Amino acid sequence: MQLRINGNIKSFDDSTMTVEGLVIKLNLLGKRIAIEKNGMIISKSEFQNITLQDGDQLEIVGAVGGG
Amino acid sequence: MTQNKDQLLIAGKLYQSRLLVGTGKYKDFEQTRLAIDASGAEIITVAIRRTNIGQNEGEPSLLDFVPPSRFTYLPNTAGCYSVDDAVRTLRLARELLDGHKLVKLEVLGDPKTLYPNVIETLKAAEVLIKEGFDVMVYTSDDPIVARELENIGCCAIMPLASLIGSGMGILNPWNLQIIIEHAKVPVLVDAGVGTASDAAIAMELGCEGVLMNTAIASAHDPIMMASAMKKAIEAGREAFLAGRMAKKLYSASPSSPTQGMIS
Repeated sequence: MQLRINGNIKSFDDSTMTVEGLVIKLNLLGKRIAIEKNGMIISKSEFQNITLQDGDQLEIVGAVGGG
Repeated sequence: MTQNKDQLLIAGKLYQSRLLVGTGKYKDFEQTRLAIDASGAEIITVAIRRTNIGQNEGEPSLLDFVPPSRFTYLPNTAGCYSVDDAVRTLRLARELLDGHKLVKLEVLGDPKTLYPNVIETLKAAEVLIKEGFDVMVYTSDDPIVARELENIGCCAIMPLASLIGSGMGILNPWNLQIIIEHAKVPVLVDAGVGTASDAAIAMELGCEGVLMNTAIASAHDPIMMASAMKKAIEAGREAFLAGRMAKKLYSASPSSPTQGMIS
């Protein structure tokens, strides 16, 4: 499947994948992040229940230095 | 001295330090950490940005150097130019920080000056407060806008001293004074402070605190400047509480006795 993550298209071999599966693939497990799927925030407790679909748009954000 | 119990109260929480600092523009995370430690700040602002995807696992993060367990994070909406962007950013911040409610709202109106768009700011504040956020709001030094933001329910009003990153200091102390006089919530100067005396003047005017980033991070020695700012904030606050003498053009009352002069 193809996902648009933070504005870039990424291809995955998997035909089905949960948000948690993606987080693991991206080496982000345990990192302090927040995820938005197609404009809706997905709470961390839902990561294992929500399945991703081809064409989903994801924003994965973290806290960085700023004033 | 009666200032020992003098604390900053924001959204129901007490803080010892009246200096709030940003975490941007430092050379590296180690310098960020050392400067923040020297500043004594308890509230630190962070920005919300896209995470690097496919980077190395061990890559250091700001959070490792200034952990949210030690500081009150104040996620900001820096770089947002619309209500939607600002609200979206802070909803993500709340998720990111496990339901954290205290946020800094800024909605900019112009990329060149970074001047706040107060119309969009008012609209965004309304949405966020309805959603349960405690909103510390960056705004212009317009007393009427400040009043409206307070009426909407913002927990702190943060007018600029001068433009973001300009280091021009306090350009309109009179407006700040009007805002401070009318506000029932804390007023903090946010943006424009360039050096320690600017911070002291803000506090002498009666500000409850000062938020700054560039003045520290862009100093030749950021860690020493952070320490200077800490002292300036404390000195300015004490001077405000002590109540300054009245200004007069001249005084016919010298400080030394007029009696007992040798002749």
